[in-house]
Amino acid sequence: MSCVTGGRWCSSLSVDMVTMSSDKLGCRRKPAENNTAKGGTEQPGGRGRSDVTHRKQHSSDQSANASGETAPATGGVQKSTTPSWPVDTPNYLVYQKMESIVEKMLDEATGVPVKTVKTFMTKIPSVFTGTDLIAWMMKNMEIEDQEALHVAHLMAAHGYFFPIDDHCLTVKNDNTFYRFQTPYFWPSNCWEPENTDYAVYLCKRTMQNKTRLELADYEAENLARLQKIFSRKWEFIFMQAEAQSKVDKKRDKLERKVLDSQERAFWDVHRPMPGCVNTTESDIKKACRSNKPAAKPSKHLQLGVGGGRISPSHTDSDLSSPTDTLQNEITMLKQRLDRRNIKVSKVAEALINYFEQYAEYDPFFTQPEFTNPWVSDNPEMWEQEKIAKEISARRVKRWAFSLQELLQDPIGREQFVRFLDKEFSGENLKFWEAAQELKTLPQRDVQARVQEIWDEYLGTDASCPINVDSRSYDSTKKNLEQSDRWSFDIAAAHVYHLMKSDSYSRYLRSEMYKDFLNGSKKKTSVKGIRSIVSFTARKDATGS
Amino acid sequence: MDSATELEQIETLAKEAETLKLRLDDERQKLNDVTLASVADRLESINCMNVKPRRILKGHQAKVLCSDWSPDKRHIVSSSQDGKMIIWDAFTTNKEHAVTMPTTWVMACAYAPSGTLVACGGLDNKVTVYPLSLEDDVSARKKTVGTHTSYMSCCAFPNSDQQILTGSGDSTCALWDVESGQLLQNFHGHSGDVMSLDLAPSETGNTFVSGSCDKMVLIWDMRSGQCVQSFQGHRSDVNSVRFHPSGDAVATGSDDATCRLFDLRADKEVAVYAKESIIFGANAVDLSISGRLLFAGYNDYTVNAWDTLKCQRVALLYGHENRVSCLRISPDGTALSTGSWDATLRVWA
Repeated sequence: MSCVTGGRWCSSLSVDMVTMSSDKLGCRRKPAENNTAKGGTEQPGGRGRSDVTHRKQHSSDQSANASGETAPATGGVQKSTTPSWPVDTPNYLVYQKMESIVEKMLDEATGVPVKTVKTFMTKIPSVFTGTDLIAWMMKNMEIEDQEALHVAHLMAAHGYFFPIDDHCLTVKNDNTFYRFQTPYFWPSNCWEPENTDYAVYLCKRTMQNKTRLELADYEAENLARLQKIFSRKWEFIFMQAEAQSKVDKKRDKLERKVLDSQERAFWDVHRPMPGCVNTTESDIKKACRSNKPAAKPSKHLQLGVGGGRISPSHTDSDLSSPTDTLQNEITMLKQRLDRRNIKVSKVAEALINYFEQYAEYDPFFTQPEFTNPWVSDNPEMWEQEKIAKEISARRVKRWAFSLQELLQDPIGREQFVRFLDKEFSGENLKFWEAAQELKTLPQRDVQARVQEIWDEYLGTDASCPINVDSRSYDSTKKNLEQSDRWSFDIAAAHVYHLMKSDSYSRYLRSEMYKDFLNGSKKKTSVKGIRSIVSFTARKDATGS
Repeated sequence: MDSATELEQIETLAKEAETLKLRLDDERQKLNDVTLASVADRLESINCMNVKPRRILKGHQAKVLCSDWSPDKRHIVSSSQDGKMIIWDAFTTNKEHAVTMPTTWVMACAYAPSGTLVACGGLDNKVTVYPLSLEDDVSARKKTVGTHTSYMSCCAFPNSDQQILTGSGDSTCALWDVESGQLLQNFHGHSGDVMSLDLAPSETGNTFVSGSCDKMVLIWDMRSGQCVQSFQGHRSDVNSVRFHPSGDAVATGSDDATCRLFDLRADKEVAVYAKESIIFGANAVDLSISGRLLFAGYNDYTVNAWDTLKCQRVALLYGHENRVSCLRISPDGTALSTGSWDATLRVWA
């Protein structure tokens, strides 16, 4: 017999759960000894860990396997050394956080005030109001009411507390009554209740002819459906329900009220009312992971799948000895140690400078020259860009930020090409662009194009020769033996550096750039002002 | 070699690795002269963020799992658990194509740079491209490019329509030639499912970043297939990675309910974006044009906007009614798109 003693709100109650078909649920549940009379003092961490052995045993096997096999693949990575307990699962972290909040809420002195409310005819045991809850959260979590309400709603949707008369697990900031769920039913216990249990529960509800226990329409529909599905074993389900109902009847009246509501809330989490979010659903990617067989998928057979190829599995290098793994790790660590890094203060300055430079171009900080299409419902901004008749000064200004910015703008690039032609140094840019274009080709065309580029720019009778240092030249020549789309990368990087430090800086100082900057300013300044004015006007008109 | 000496050797190596790790920690600590937030103190705070929902895209029958902006700045491709991929004109909210996939759970989709091709895939372990044309049925010209040994979780087109980079639950990333389906390069190094990847915004476009369930963030060189930098710090799965527009840092979102900023130049974490009241994991992150704002979509149905420099939250966007699964800033930075398990996409500006 497994018993649970919840928090103080029902500390006098020893809840008998054995009739809830516990053998089936038991396999998903924390071991019985953990459930006994520990009450609210139990730490969430402790609870989780005690589950570990009981829960998905295979996942720790899997991690053992993974650490032995996958690391050597490139050896480039430091692995986290913590074993993959179920505590690693994403939900665990979330449950742990919510439960630590609930523990605080349950505190006798500083928690949410729980009381038994006496009304005209009846007593409502162990409840608190939405207002009290939200006030507590605002005070203790230092958040505003809207966020408090949102967090409260999420915690209710996960079943940590629930409205006493509503299947919809949400929280309102008013005098509606809520009750805490017993830790036994917390989602961290990895409940995955089956439909037969749900059938027993619904069946039981029909036996308790009390209005507060009457089935909601959707529950009645569910019951009818389940009855059809389980028609063969309905007798068994009925008998179980009857037995449970009998046990329930022996309980104290108030105790029953609390227990019935907690059980109902449990099912509201696991079989939510239509229209409510099912919080027990997990991300398919994460679900795939926990269901993965112990063997790594990379060990799968190379099935011939129609169209395309299979990404290669980890090769034999996976099976290399632990010494190799360690060797690789050591090389990687040494590389990291040898890296030249800059201090956080420098990084901070760089990031701030970047922001200051680009704030003007970030629509979240500066109104675009034309109105933001999403705000004004006017796509003028995009249309103007396409026409490109007027080049705004701020667009031209951006070309001075970096060579990359200049080349990214088609007009900027065009200007730069003209400038280079004047200087008779256009071949550098042409070569660099050819090397970039090479990367964009289909594999089929790469080989031929590599040769063409070589012949045009680097070969002995190159039609458009470029100057690269001998090291780049030699390594490029070597690359040609096994040419691929990156064959010219080293030479291209060299040429880019040359352009950046030489032609680009001269371009920025040139009259050509200055004229363009000033010319464009004249052209667009009026337009720019007009659009800002109309923007604010429109914003005021639509301002909510 | 007998087993005794081998064991001895392993022990020595393990010890050496341990010492190196300590030294590395020490070295990195030395770089920690100030905090990012303290330097950013001199900046004005971001007041009155006026971000509002501007469009709601309804049409998916189930959870939206992924979305991407077209280079034309107004179209969006989205994929869903209902096995549909929809091309939207987000500006008018019209659906232009709705393609039924051979699989449900289409976890990833991406627009090609030309804007005339999209790629998607998911639980079918494949990446399939669909040329977009108004004349034919889009699915008639589909083409399977590559196949992983587990689900395909993310994809992107580097440089051109001719190549596609994918990340998978088989803990690898792979670069494919679209036309031939040939595997150009594969990337081994993660020891957990790859959840997200992003291309570096550098002029050569040779590097990318990946985030994985092994809690690691890795920077890769596409040419060699080697991991060139690695970052740790997250306490749970890294669900999303995005390069800072400068290309010098990466922002990440994780199931540990934090977002972080890792700097490539400092080779370390430089900021953590977290709050006690944020309990649920972050699924998707993206940065504004200037890199100052980090938007993150969470499992708690909200989007938080962070000031990356001052490390403060500046806005909390409510609207979705279930987990926010994907989030992208539009190419010109004018809008933010989000997709959710509530089956809708929203555009905020």
